[in-house]
Amino acid sequence: MYRIRFHGRGGQGMKTASRILGTAFFGSGFEVQDAPLYGAERRGAPIFAYVRAARRPIHERGVIDRPDLVVVADDTLVPIPTAGVMAGLGERSVLLVATGEEPAVWRDRLQLQGPILTLPIAAEERAELRFVGASCAAAAARLIGVISWADLERATQQELAPLGETVVVENLRRGRAAWDAFAPHEGLVVEGAEAASQVDERPDWIELPFEAARISAPDIHVAATSTEVRTGLWRTIRPVIDYDRCHRCTWVCSTLCPDSAIAVDTEGAPRIDLDHCKGCMICVAVCPTHAIETIPEGEAKHAESEEARP
Amino acid sequence: MSRMLVTGNAAAAWGARLARADYVPAFPITPQTEIIETLGGWIEAGELDARMVTLDSEHSMLTAAGAAAATGVRVFTATSSQGLLYAMEMIYTVAGWRAPFVLANVSRALAAPITLEPDHNDVLAARDSGFLQLHAATCQEVLDLTLLAYRLSEDEGVRLPIIVNLDGFYLSFTREPVQIPEPSAVDAFLPAFDPGGLGFSASRPVSQAVAVLGGGPYSYFRYEMHEAARNALAVFDQVAADFGDRFGRHYSPVESYRCDDAEIAFVMMGSFATKAKDAVDQLRDAGQAVGLVRPRMLRPFPDQALRDALVGRRGVAVIDQNLSMGLGGVLHTELSAALCGVPNAPVLASFVGGLGGRDIGASEFFAMVDVAREAARSGMPPVPRLLYTRSELREMRKLQGIAAAERAAAGQPGDGA
Ligand code: SF4
Ligand code: SF4
Repeated sequence: MYRIRFHGRGGQGMKTASRILGTAFFGSGFEVQDAPLYGAERRGAPIFAYVRAARRPIHERGVIDRPDLVVVADDTLVPIPTAGVMAGLGERSVLLVATGEEPAVWRDRLQLQGPILTLPIAAEERAELRFVGASCAAAAARLIGVISWADLERATQQELAPLGETVVVENLRRGRAAWDAFAPHEGLVVEGAEAASQVDERPDWIELPFEAARISAPDIHVAATSTEVRTGLWRTIRPVIDYDRCHRCTWVCSTLCPDSAIAVDTEGAPRIDLDHCKGCMICVAVCPTHAIETIPEGEAKHAESEEARP
Repeated sequence: MSRMLVTGNAAAAWGARLARADYVPAFPITPQTEIIETLGGWIEAGELDARMVTLDSEHSMLTAAGAAAATGVRVFTATSSQGLLYAMEMIYTVAGWRAPFVLANVSRALAAPITLEPDHNDVLAARDSGFLQLHAATCQEVLDLTLLAYRLSEDEGVRLPIIVNLDGFYLSFTREPVQIPEPSAVDAFLPAFDPGGLGFSASRPVSQAVAVLGGGPYSYFRYEMHEAARNALAVFDQVAADFGDRFGRHYSPVESYRCDDAEIAFVMMGSFATKAKDAVDQLRDAGQAVGLVRPRMLRPFPDQALRDALVGRRGVAVIDQNLSMGLGGVLHTELSAALCGVPNAPVLASFVGGLGGRDIGASEFFAMVDVAREAARSGMPPVPRLLYTRSELREMRKLQGIAAAERAAAGQPGDGA
């Protein structure tokens, strides 16, 4: 059975990637199971999706804990433990990262036993990564090596058809480029064992002890927990106010920001709380003087770290 | 038609579409919403001739569903979790009206603490309502059981509403290959709803939900519901036989998998049961006589079918994806009652697992067989076990460490106090 996991952020098309690959497998005569898994269904939040494909009915369910291939569409997820990108990577698992950096950098950084490949992402594309889903699916299909381009093309068309012809064409163009780029690695991903576990494995069960309600009730003992959760980490684009153009209207952006992430300071200037701005770009759209610009979050972070250098 | 990849939610919507549901009262809730969106899309595109109405709550939604079914139209609706609980007053009420329709419940564990992932405490809260319950393990079953449910629900010998249950995430958002039957073949299996004695119009008013005082009439009405529910066992067999003849997929109230010569059997419901099948296959490959018994039908309770499947096994691992506080697993309790006093009944080992979507690993299935085998050997049922590992407790301790620090910062006594 093939077991593949796609990691990305809500809005980057990981569910679409899993569906394109799933449909392509299905079109090639495989039994298939694919599913997205997300907590809070919000743009920018880490999500993953998975695909299982086998020559017989699939009874396994849920999260893939021993993947043959992990595809990461957004390299900012790698260091976030809760995103679980590295979970279960074994010596035969292939890791494919969409990134602006060289494979050697990732090999050095992650020190994994299995192969690491990169899907190059140009800096200007980093913003929304709108087409990364199709590229990831195509790269995955080529690495797996049992799906033909014709089946992948048909699957891409089928899954993206509701979005219109232009989107399909652009995705196919990108998909084809990824497909061609990974030709040298065709078949690198090896099908895992039919069963994920051996019959002699045993779980480390314990008796759950009784604990008083003071301990065992699901309470949080601090106020303002929503300020503690840095939802700004989900942002893929950053709004930047050009204070020369801002008229200090004092209310439009700050009132309409759905996350109350814009405060007005004592001078009447709007200040964006980047720890909680989720990058929805509503402020950009509503500012009457067009004073708010957008820059890709990756670029903004890079610029910040450059500035921070001594 | 064709075999295609669809989610459990889409399979439920296909069931409603192929059943030619006339009326769909709706209220959204994760993870059910896609069912309503799919039906809404088809209605808008003119592919489904039905009326969808969004209501202000699940309580109103169930009222509308029951009322519409009582006028003699075919009704489909869907909910989940807190939504089902919010509708609970009407769940009991519309069943008492003897209004036949199908409610898809997408299982999601109940608050508090709140979660999005599945277990069966939501659907089991409706266990004693008069709604019959069918539990799907695959996306194909979601579709097929929805079609079967209409025949069963509308049968003169039954006429009770039915819940078709599918697990959130593991089925609702998971695509699997599903054979979508030809509409004409479904029409032949499931003709237009013949309301029989049901249905009213302005010129022919009917009052449902009468008030009764003194327990006599009340007992009569309630026990009639119970008898109708018991009738559903035989009616299900007839309906499923017809379905099997037409579509080649055969459904019994209880699925037995590699069980005929099994010494040890798993008993569980819902989508995680396919994981048990995998475990059974592996154990069989390793030379162990293990099988799986899965009730597809929980109400009426298929007690005879369960006895038939389980008598002769030596040990049984009952896995409850639910927890009745202060008692334990519901399926274990009900199975114990079904096997009580039966000669050669197996020893039952009770496990509670998969709460709030917690995975059940292959190694846990293997270990449960060990426990059941030891119970069979000694003749002593073991202490019920929660499937919970040391590393899970360690994670919990980390969270509690944070809570303790918070309490300390707030000047409250710490954990050790
Ligand atoms: S992009 Fe603008 S409107 Fe959106 S969350 Fe950030 S500050 Fe608020
Ligand atoms: S809406 Fe535009 S002009 Fe008004 S305060 Fe915000 S940035 Fe300035």
